[in-house]
Amino acid sequence: MNDNLFIVVFAAAIYYGTPLVYAALGEILAERSGVINLGVEGMILLGAVGGCWVATTVDGPAGIVLPLAVIVSMLFAAAGALIHAFLTITLRVNQIISGLALTIFAGVAGVSSYLAGLWDLGRAPIANQFGRMDLFGWGDLPVLGPILFNQTLLTYLSWLLVVLTSIYIFRTRWGLQLRAVGESPQTADSVGVAVQRSRYLHVLVGGAFAGIAGACFSLSILPTWQNGMTLGQGWIALALVIFGFWRPDLMLVGAYLFGGLSSLRYTLQARGVEIPQLFLDSLPYVMTIVVLVVVSNTAARRQLGAPAALGKPYEREER
Amino acid sequence: MHSTFSGFRLEPRSHLPRHINWTVPIGSFFAALFAGALLLLVTGQNPISVYQRILERAFLDAGSLSGTLVAATPLLFTGLCAAVAFRVGFFNIGGEGQFYIGAIFSSGIALALGRDAQFWIAIPAMIIAGALGGALWGAIPGFLRAYLRTNEIITSLMLNYIAGVIAVYLIFESSSFWRDLEGTGKMFPKGKVIPPVAFWPEYGIGSLVVPFGFLLGIATAAWIAVLQRRTRFGYEMRVVGGAPTTARYAGMRPGRVIVAVAAVSGALAGLGGAASVGNFRHILDPKGMQQSGFGYAGIVVAALARLNPVAVIFVSIIIGGITNAGYALQGPDFPSGLVGILEGLILFCTLGGEVLMRYRFVRTRGVSSNVVGAQ
Repeated sequence: MNDNLFIVVFAAAIYYGTPLVYAALGEILAERSGVINLGVEGMILLGAVGGCWVATTVDGPAGIVLPLAVIVSMLFAAAGALIHAFLTITLRVNQIISGLALTIFAGVAGVSSYLAGLWDLGRAPIANQFGRMDLFGWGDLPVLGPILFNQTLLTYLSWLLVVLTSIYIFRTRWGLQLRAVGESPQTADSVGVAVQRSRYLHVLVGGAFAGIAGACFSLSILPTWQNGMTLGQGWIALALVIFGFWRPDLMLVGAYLFGGLSSLRYTLQARGVEIPQLFLDSLPYVMTIVVLVVVSNTAARRQLGAPAALGKPYEREER
Repeated sequence: MHSTFSGFRLEPRSHLPRHINWTVPIGSFFAALFAGALLLLVTGQNPISVYQRILERAFLDAGSLSGTLVAATPLLFTGLCAAVAFRVGFFNIGGEGQFYIGAIFSSGIALALGRDAQFWIAIPAMIIAGALGGALWGAIPGFLRAYLRTNEIITSLMLNYIAGVIAVYLIFESSSFWRDLEGTGKMFPKGKVIPPVAFWPEYGIGSLVVPFGFLLGIATAAWIAVLQRRTRFGYEMRVVGGAPTTARYAGMRPGRVIVAVAAVSGALAGLGGAASVGNFRHILDPKGMQQSGFGYAGIVVAALARLNPVAVIFVSIIIGGITNAGYALQGPDFPSGLVGILEGLILFCTLGGEVLMRYRFVRTRGVSSNVVGAQ
């Protein structure tokens, strides 16, 4: 493997890993508050269709259209998350099935393709897209430059969000409250934390993050609309939350690992490396299972793991 | 309580009226149709004409019911797949992949037996191969959950994608045994047609065409109902599903039960794949299977049927009708994605309906009575 290929593979890992970072970061917030949202795949597609719609229909300079597109992506996905939040937090239904319902409702054969058909998206690549951007002129640095500093704005923004979310979860009062809500809602409630409100907030913000992941697909990676273009990345994001032990920093490592695996089919093939298609296409999915098995057992041994109240509806006992 | 409905709260019902077992699912179904109508209306479509066309193409037009049974057959099997697993608290989302593997196995055995085989050998062989393939694929997440403590939701889902990649590989990216390498098959990759002796029969009842696969599905549903209620394995499933610790104290082995349930669940989806090849497609058709998404829709069927295997039969016809109409009406004036929207809404409303079944909304005024958590 020569230097050049090494750089290409690593740069691609970050590029294709970026939507995973957003989606998994959002899911970490939701799960830290005690709500599993299996609707990630659907929410990403909602975000992707919303962003693509804005970028296709709104004429204007990229500096206005793209931020607007990302905001609409976030709103679309958060609207999906709101359904899940209402059902699981207010009505206290089974979180697993509600999340699946969200993915079916919003996903490949659902709202996202319905809206894309309605708005006639995907006819051509969109004009305004997130292209590569040389950060601080560091793109010329040897090795690191092309890997780290020749990415899109969405990637740089994701780093900022990972740092901010880490600080939020582990270094602020609100983060402490969030963790309390996810570990022991009764205790949190007894010291005056509004459990339901905290859960609503984090599920919605988590959804908005998944929306940015969708924007990564429709405004940068493809960049256009294609039904079901996420190809299961939302589910890989769910696995990454477990892989990262519900911590943003560890999750980032996993996201780039899987971004790299998903991108191998493009990077290696473009360079004529002969590896069977079957192997490359199934690699990210097989590795997700392998990694999940390893991590699940490590977690059990070291007693690291899911928030204690994850998946459990909270019902306040009134006196 | 901290609820978005200030002024209301949920109170557990003291007793459950009997009719609720069927009134709530029916109510949920119509609530979903209503929500879907709102969505159509908001996006500038005419819900009444869309629904009218669905109803016609699903059930009322000449021959439409036969078409509905074509879609209902795989849904019946994938619905049973989800119902059996979910009842034990094993969230097998892998019906989709188990369906593909069942189709690969059953088309493989039909092709291997060739045109000289007798139908009474070829068809049972396809049934067994499909069930076996699905069971093997389904047992993987069961084993990982039971013995390696790995979340079955994600592993079973990843296996769907892997099964899809394998099926695509067999037809599009290799010169495999399943692929038609003669005639037009050289230019446009497609599956080899199984020999006509292996085609599953269809029975005409008046103008209605009933596929053998659907009858097999009804028999399977009945068998599952008996298995759940009348056998030792069914008892073990109930205990493991309800209280794993109790199961262990009672000398059962929850791990084994979970792997067995996962395999049975997978076998059911695999049978669906076999029925799809034997009765309808007659080839291994990866893209067609992926577009149909019968495995995921099976979850909707199972939920609306409240995980009752016999109810799955009827629900599969309803959801099959919507699916069939979705195929038949594809075109510029019928919105794509509507089938998934309706399925998702049905699932949401079924969940909401379950709550209304167990609780009722009560106006909160002043001091409220004691509420004991029902969950």
